Amino acid sequence: MPIEIPKDKWPGSVQTVTLGATAAEGGTRTKTVTVGGQTSMPFMHFEAPAPHPPVVAIEIKSKRPEDWSPLLAETWGEAMDAPAKWAAKAQEAGADLLVLALTLNDTPESAVAATKAVLSASGLPLIVFGPGQVEKDNELLVAVAEAAKGEKIGLGICEDKNYRTIVATALANGHVVTARAPMDVNLSKQLNILITDMGLPLDRILMDPTTGALGYGMEYGYSVMERLRLAALQGDRMTQLPMIVTVGFEAWKAKEAKVGEGVPAAWGDWKRRAIHWETITAMALIESGADILVLRHPESVALIKAAIAELIPA
Amino acid sequence: MALSGIQIYKLLPQTNCKECGYPTCLAFAMKLAAKQAELSACPYVSEESKKQLAESAAPPIRLVTLKGPEGEVKAGNEVCLFRHEKTFYNKPGLFIRLQASDPNLAEKVRQAAAYKVSYVGIDFTVDGFAIQADGDLGAAVKTVRSVTGRPLILMGDPASLPAGLEACSGETPMIYAADASNWEALADLAAKYKAALAVKGASLDEIADLTQKIQAKGVEDMVLDLGGKTLGDWLTLSTQVRRLALKNFRPLGYPVIALAAGGEKEPLVAAQAIAKYAGFVVLDTFSPELLYALLVLRENIYTDPQKPIQVQPGIYEINKPTAESPVLVTTNFSITYFAVANEVEGSGLPAWLVVCDAEGMSVLTAWAAGKFDAERIAKSIKGFDVASKVSQKRLVLPGHVAVLSGELEEELPDWEIKVGPREAVDLPAYMKQVLA
Ligand code: SF4
Repeated sequence: MPIEIPKDKWPGSVQTVTLGATAAEGGTRTKTVTVGGQTSMPFMHFEAPAPHPPVVAIEIKSKRPEDWSPLLAETWGEAMDAPAKWAAKAQEAGADLLVLALTLNDTPESAVAATKAVLSASGLPLIVFGPGQVEKDNELLVAVAEAAKGEKIGLGICEDKNYRTIVATALANGHVVTARAPMDVNLSKQLNILITDMGLPLDRILMDPTTGALGYGMEYGYSVMERLRLAALQGDRMTQLPMIVTVGFEAWKAKEAKVGEGVPAAWGDWKRRAIHWETITAMALIESGADILVLRHPESVALIKAAIAELIPA
Repeated sequence: MALSGIQIYKLLPQTNCKECGYPTCLAFAMKLAAKQAELSACPYVSEESKKQLAESAAPPIRLVTLKGPEGEVKAGNEVCLFRHEKTFYNKPGLFIRLQASDPNLAEKVRQAAAYKVSYVGIDFTVDGFAIQADGDLGAAVKTVRSVTGRPLILMGDPASLPAGLEACSGETPMIYAADASNWEALADLAAKYKAALAVKGASLDEIADLTQKIQAKGVEDMVLDLGGKTLGDWLTLSTQVRRLALKNFRPLGYPVIALAAGGEKEPLVAAQAIAKYAGFVVLDTFSPELLYALLVLRENIYTDPQKPIQVQPGIYEINKPTAESPVLVTTNFSITYFAVANEVEGSGLPAWLVVCDAEGMSVLTAWAAGKFDAERIAKSIKGFDVASKVSQKRLVLPGHVAVLSGELEEELPDWEIKVGPREAVDLPAYMKQVLA
């Protein structure tokens, strides 16, 4: 007698969100990226096919980062000096979309210049992150949002302290926001409520649940993501957003990835360890529901893209 | 799955004879369901009912323990699909696969057995070894045993396995793997040597059919190899098995073994296996950097989410601090500690980090709960005798508790109290600009 496989049937589904606008849609992107739409837990295709598999973004900076691991500096080389070159190289490395991270030293003018350079160097959809300081983020992102009007870029980081400004400019200029709350289901929901209350539709919000790297609190983010996705499938509207995770940022901050000297011999080969740190963090978060993974190293990008291809049915 | 009182009542004689000490069979059944009575108190319960009740009390995923002269690895006894629902209990054992024919076998075992790495103060090692019988398995087991006593998985066929099993008799190894063609012979070997038996098949139907036949031959400890050619196939199968087992489908109520099988994909196959329900993971490559990453992943996934790991309160040295280095204060919530320690470490600047006992709460939560106040901080500074470590008494408070600085100055009059940034990520800049 064949086994009857238990199948979950969920009342809810994840919202689809599209980043980027082509010429026909009022932008200049050569392609768009759509995430979300799931009606089952990650990769449970035997229950319900998922229309949009997770995608990989590569993070580039507006200025050569001085504090990045030498391994990253080595692989990106001179491209790190110019966002346009870096964007083109990231596209070659297989990115589905790009994340441009601005710095505290940026001015609205330099941020706009970097954004425009990236938009003209690559036709991929773009997300722009401020440096993560409320006032600076507001100042830079408003300028960027206006300059990129019609491109449907993602704007981050939108959090409880600055969501008003970021959401207002997203509304005015046709963009998407990435809403970040600190590893907590209720805080994520609350922020999404505040954002939608301002009139931004759900199909223009990505949720960044905040994650830690492997060994640095990854499990908290992992479980928050599983809980958010379960809540979404159970029909809780304010959790039904695709999730973006900044794996590269977290993993490359970890000592295991960042440095090669003065560490225990049992940590093994530095470069391979660094790639493992980024890819294994990413792999775990894919399993817990990540839709957009923001990575830094091209080898990690190739490995994670191959893994995603294997996770979806041929 | 545990039976309800009513379900148990149906299995009792229903004569209300009171010999169990309860007025009715139903009252007794209720006590049994609540685990406040023993079935043996009823002298009249039938053998068939006893069997059913015993089965219902068994865990949905059988606990399988592999034993060597040094150490054991347990898998099974899991109760949930998502770690936040309860926790994952038995960390999957990480095994390294070796070839019996390998001329460098002893050296390879020595290397892997010597491997030890520390994470959050815990030492991790390789859990055991899998030996492929592509040569004399008996000799290979002896070679491995001359180096290490950790549990073994013996991989071979009915012809090659006996020599290996003989060489480790008295232990509890795992035999890999029974399939439709050899299950009878391997079940006999498993019974004879009291070994656990891995079972594989082309589908879950085939595997379930085999486990039932093998169990009928008296072998109870089984482990499932689900096959699965791609990451997606394996994830689907492993999830289906966990769900079925938790619904008390006995033929698949066993731990799962995953063979990561080397190559570029090995790290991700193993990572998925650890996150998604494997009880044993066999790696083809011994590589310190991979083992370290996987052992940390396993520790993270198997951390009880109800009890966040706490860091031992105390004074931590970061980047070899001296008497001139500043003293930073934080709480013993693991994420907080690692965030702070990681940032300070990453900055390259030396500091003393004083971790106060705040009952495992983050700075803001602990402050709100009254577990991280001036009095407690002062107590830590005095208790750990921080003053003896530094010549310049500078203490940096987390920005979130800036309000405590006045009180703390009163508690620690000879210290200079500074207010640091709110978030750990801003520490390096703060240290460079303010403390340098
Ligand atoms: S001893 Fe058994 S039959 Fe008698 S009342 Fe108790 S449960 Fe019922």
